[in-house]
Amino acid sequence: MEIYLPIADLPVNVLVILAMGLAVGFISGMFGIGGGFLMTPLLIFLGISPAVAVASVTGHIAASSMSGAISYWRRRAIDIALCFMLLAGGIIGTAFGVWLFTFLRGIGQLDITIGLSYVLLLSIVGALMVAESVRAIIRARQGKPIELRRPGSHMWIHGLPFKLRFKRSRIYVSAIPVWAIGFIIGFAGAIMGIGGGFLLVPMLIYLLRVPTATVIGTSMVLTLVTMASATVMHAATNHLVDALLALILMVGGVTGAQFGARAGQKMRGERLRLLLGLLVLAVGIRFALNLVLAPDSLYSIRPADTDT
Amino acid sequence: MIRLGAPAFALMLGVLVASPASAAGERLVVSLSEHRVMVTSSFVGEELVLFGGVEQDGASRPPRSGYDIVVTVTGPRQDTVTYRKERMLGIWVNADSRVFEEAPSYLAVLSNRSLDAIASSETLRRLQLGLDNIPLPQSASVNIAAAGSDDPFRVAFIRIKSSRGLYREVSNGVTFLAPGLFRASIPLPAEVQIGAYEVDVRLFGGGAPIARAPAPFEVYKSGFEQIVTNAARDHGVLYGLTTAMMALATGWFASVVFRRD
Repeated sequence: MEIYLPIADLPVNVLVILAMGLAVGFISGMFGIGGGFLMTPLLIFLGISPAVAVASVTGHIAASSMSGAISYWRRRAIDIALCFMLLAGGIIGTAFGVWLFTFLRGIGQLDITIGLSYVLLLSIVGALMVAESVRAIIRARQGKPIELRRPGSHMWIHGLPFKLRFKRSRIYVSAIPVWAIGFIIGFAGAIMGIGGGFLLVPMLIYLLRVPTATVIGTSMVLTLVTMASATVMHAATNHLVDALLALILMVGGVTGAQFGARAGQKMRGERLRLLLGLLVLAVGIRFALNLVLAPDSLYSIRPADTDT
Repeated sequence: MIRLGAPAFALMLGVLVASPASAAGERLVVSLSEHRVMVTSSFVGEELVLFGGVEQDGASRPPRSGYDIVVTVTGPRQDTVTYRKERMLGIWVNADSRVFEEAPSYLAVLSNRSLDAIASSETLRRLQLGLDNIPLPQSASVNIAAAGSDDPFRVAFIRIKSSRGLYREVSNGVTFLAPGLFRASIPLPAEVQIGAYEVDVRLFGGGAPIARAPAPFEVYKSGFEQIVTNAARDHGVLYGLTTAMMALATGWFASVVFRRD
């Protein structure tokens, strides 16, 4: 069942795209992440240009985080105040990311930037997650109690000024690291076509010490708003959002996410984190090989941008 | 990018296009199976058929070697960048680049036998026939002299275009059905660009060009595809908002449908 994508300007098999949406949606529901770091490379592999893939995936992530956010909202597991503060940084980060995206595309270095960012982010985050979860699993095997790390919370971050109290998360932190985290997530999302859930969740837990109860719901609302605004900004500046592609991905994605969430609830937390860590690491290594190994062809062609 | 010549094409619809009589007395008459190729949501490429005939007036006689036909199909022109990767600090990055100015997005050279057999290489070069002789002017990021047909960037550009089916030279692309009657099929892959295409049909006899005739056609998006493309290009913000709303609606819908509590 081939369908011609109006913006990507090539025909794709609807069933393949739908299946990809389902598979990535399943993973995203299982781990509570957007799944953009998997979807964007898959689309590029199908022959869709990296720029169109990144721009269109933002819509797909917005949809899956919307469905997730609603169920967390019902469970009252969202810290709205924290969300707003993160968003303040997130919107600026997204705008800056879309601007840099346009600039890099103009000078022909977009692919290498996307590639390098993937390698760095995914390898580091993946390795950290694998290490952390393996330690947790070993501890569990040895029968030791699960270490609840809330030592005196005396990191340098907690010495910064402009302190704010976030009631639902029961934390009292400076606004500066909250804005900075928001900025990083928004920026990474716009450049790499990722929601940043897999970055945001660890940062909120380890840097701001947000309790696990509110962290995923809050992260989903943030992802929803940054990705929805990234969709609008990409559409307005680069005209590269393929609405048809996004729609097919969304339908598959939200469906898969529901089943993924059920599968995820049956698994132990550290096992889940180990699996996600391995997945993230594998994608990172795949990108690293792409950059390091000699390419099949040294040459590539692209239409010159005449509209920028 | 889209250059519409709708009125001109409408006039030609279904009408045979004839070239003015050449000195030798042969006239070339050609016609395309379609003058407007519609890109719909089910578009996976298309094949156009070109029919043509050689009309002789009393005086002329076909050359002993018979007639030869070379059809050149040129798609919308577009500045295209060719990048070359180089290894820097252990990773491969796009280091050098050349811009091919106004390069045809699609180029097919179809003939009834190999071009070398039809005319001398000098004639082919003069008439710019064949992938080797098509002019591809470059403007380089680094200043270089005009490159010949063995320039690595040019070779790579043509190779990549050919691998996608966008550039091709087919030496049996034209079939003679009768001594003065021929047929050629023009394969358009799904990737073809929207816009005006030129078809230049040349008649050769005894190694010399005798007559030529044009047969333009147009590739255009229609219906849904066109609406989406126009919306994305002309109303970016509104289009983005619609897409974002669509995402929210899909997400909301899923949470309602799959609600368990």
